[in-house]
Amino acid sequence: MALPATSKYKYITCDPEKCIGCQLCEYICSYTKTGEYNSYRSRIRTVRVDEILITAIACRTCENAPCVAVCTRDALTQDPETGVIRVDAELCDGCAWCIEACDFGAISINPATKLAEICDLCEGEEDGPQCVIWCPKDALELTTPEQRAQKARRKLATEEALR
Amino acid sequence: MYGYHGKILHIDLTNRETWVEEKPESWYKMWIGGVAMATRLLWENIKPGCDPLSPENPICIANGIFAGTPVPGGAKYGLASKSPLTGWVGDSLSGSWFSVALKRTGWDGIVIHGASEKWVNVFVDDERVQFRDAEKYLGLGTFQTEEAIREDLMDDQVRSATIGPAGENLVLYANVTNDGRQAGRTGHGAVWASKKLKALSVRGTKGVRVADPETLMKLSFDIIQAAQGPHTAKYRILGTVTNVLNMNKLGLLPTRNFQEGVFEHAELVSGEYLEEHHKVKKIACAQCPIACEQVSEAKQGMYAGARTGIDYECLFANGPNCGISDMNAIIKMIDLCDRGGMDAMTNGVVVSWTMESFERGVLKKEDFRCAKYPEGFEPYFGNAEAGVTLTEMIRDREGIGALLSLGVKQASEQIDKERGTESYRWAMHIKGLENPGYDARGLKTFALGLAVGTRGGCHNRTAAYDPDIKGVVDRFSVDETRGELAKSTEEYAAVYDTLPLCKFIRRCFTGKADRSGAWPAIAQLINATVGWDFDYDAVDLIGVRATTIKKAFNIREGWTRDDDHLPYRTHHDPMTKGPSAGHVVTKEELEYLKDLYYKAKGWTPEGLIPKAKLIELGMEDVAEEIGV
Repeated sequence: MALPATSKYKYITCDPEKCIGCQLCEYICSYTKTGEYNSYRSRIRTVRVDEILITAIACRTCENAPCVAVCTRDALTQDPETGVIRVDAELCDGCAWCIEACDFGAISINPATKLAEICDLCEGEEDGPQCVIWCPKDALELTTPEQRAQKARRKLATEEALR
Repeated sequence: MYGYHGKILHIDLTNRETWVEEKPESWYKMWIGGVAMATRLLWENIKPGCDPLSPENPICIANGIFAGTPVPGGAKYGLASKSPLTGWVGDSLSGSWFSVALKRTGWDGIVIHGASEKWVNVFVDDERVQFRDAEKYLGLGTFQTEEAIREDLMDDQVRSATIGPAGENLVLYANVTNDGRQAGRTGHGAVWASKKLKALSVRGTKGVRVADPETLMKLSFDIIQAAQGPHTAKYRILGTVTNVLNMNKLGLLPTRNFQEGVFEHAELVSGEYLEEHHKVKKIACAQCPIACEQVSEAKQGMYAGARTGIDYECLFANGPNCGISDMNAIIKMIDLCDRGGMDAMTNGVVVSWTMESFERGVLKKEDFRCAKYPEGFEPYFGNAEAGVTLTEMIRDREGIGALLSLGVKQASEQIDKERGTESYRWAMHIKGLENPGYDARGLKTFALGLAVGTRGGCHNRTAAYDPDIKGVVDRFSVDETRGELAKSTEEYAAVYDTLPLCKFIRRCFTGKADRSGAWPAIAQLINATVGWDFDYDAVDLIGVRATTIKKAFNIREGWTRDDDHLPYRTHHDPMTKGPSAGHVVTKEELEYLKDLYYKAKGWTPEGLIPKAKLIELGMEDVAEEIGV
């Protein structure tokens, strides 16, 4: 299945070549959101497969986000300016349809409250996403798909020119 | 009390029962975590004098004070049992996610008693304990077992400490492995197998709270930043394998079973060569900003595809020490150890003893008959294929592999008894634990540190090579300062091993790794995490108590002064090449050094601990049992 089109909005991206799998992003995210360190409460998740393939994944702020579309209780809404998905705690009943709809596995259910939790790009923090600030290897970045593409093209151009 | 939960979980495998032990805050202040707490739990729960592979030998796990917090390098736990390899205290550390998951379960430690009838996977799921059937995991390697358990439990945050086939087969130097990291050296894998414990899995869903999060975040952030600079460059860029060329230059790189300290092919087994030809990824333990694990791959030849993390100790042991310069084969040997779940350091020293025994005619070609080579083979130094085959035979205890799986002390004793030979002369071990990759003949303070080490020939429990290599003292001679130096470097290491905190972060607090640079910063971290009021002296005491409880354990198991020894070769065979040529540590020198060390520790000339000394450290119950 083709991945849904990502969008003009910014999101947290991880460079798997730089990521060392330390999970500090998960510590920082859960602390920022809950005051505790707990990867089960982190809205960014590290993934390690085949021992050496490591990356971190958070909400991609899709345009026309499928999670919003499938929510049967209209608990999820998307900020038209930033693309951030907001969860209305009054309306969400933890049915997890949004989790099924997300092709990035970027939504989780809070084990205590049983409500959906999604990265909000630390919109309440003055200095922006805390995981990006803390990442020791600068693997995390707040970016858009277009910026990512530009970066990839520049990298390729440099490599080709140096060949 | 933040940071701790105040509870130890006891699990009896024989009766499949569990119970909870509550510990007072004063107990935690004494034993902190890691190596000291694990050894203290062992002291409290073992039947003295028991067979290490009997149900009376408990598995004692003690978590770290900083596990689950953002304190860099703090995701570590301690593991202690009586070692089946040495018969003395077997205390190990392992890093990464297992300790973090354990912290979130609500237990500070786990003690596993008895033995199961059937192979079992114990699953600690927050406060619940399940005994899962582990038959289907038998034969699986360490990484594979972890993945299989995660798949069965359908949660990728379940973390497991496992044994591999080497453990199942009771190889006496089998390890316990979690998240690609090993609780190594002293044969925990065999202890677990004797209880039919294939894996201990943990899932912790509870958040970790600390006393002063604001301060802890600030301190941690600064350490993380500092850890990207020159203070950790050695570990980040090439990793510890950078030591190959450094040790070769000093004539300390053990070569061909410690016969020499320089290797003519050092360039081919160097960290630089590894980086250029084999490196595929740098990986970190949980909550570590350094990423020292240099995952490397065999790219060509019959071992292509072998892949694992390579550090200096396993590289020296399976490479130069076996005369092997083919990096592909070295990676294969280490890969076999890591996946098979056995100690790669000890393995290299066992293989090198085997090679020397073959070259000296003690072992013959026909001793090496196996399925792969029905006529046997010739394991001369540098025979890379023999190195790989021997490693497989030991893991499977096939043919002579069964003898070699006992480690060099027991293997040489057995062969010498059967054949009237003297292979003990090149059995490189202390207290039954195979020597590390710094030749003690050219490092005399380190020689003392090794000899008195409670777990045997180990470079992690003593940092006494430091003053030797840095030139603080003359590394080829002895003088009256060495007892204090050996004490001080051993206790320094014990502080890190007890918190535990990875030693690679030691320069990142203030730029200075010595006590004056590190202890005040570590006190701040402890206070912000737990809410205590530790100062320099309190941090220093952690190391004193840790070394004392380990020693007390050995004394109760029958230790005497003669057990603090060096390998025969270190006394009798000088190296012939390189800057350390011509030197040995004489027996007189060693006895003189031991006198100095026991005196510095405040112990008797026999190396026993006075009652008053133990009482001064708050260890009245220990004084009662072993004090003099």
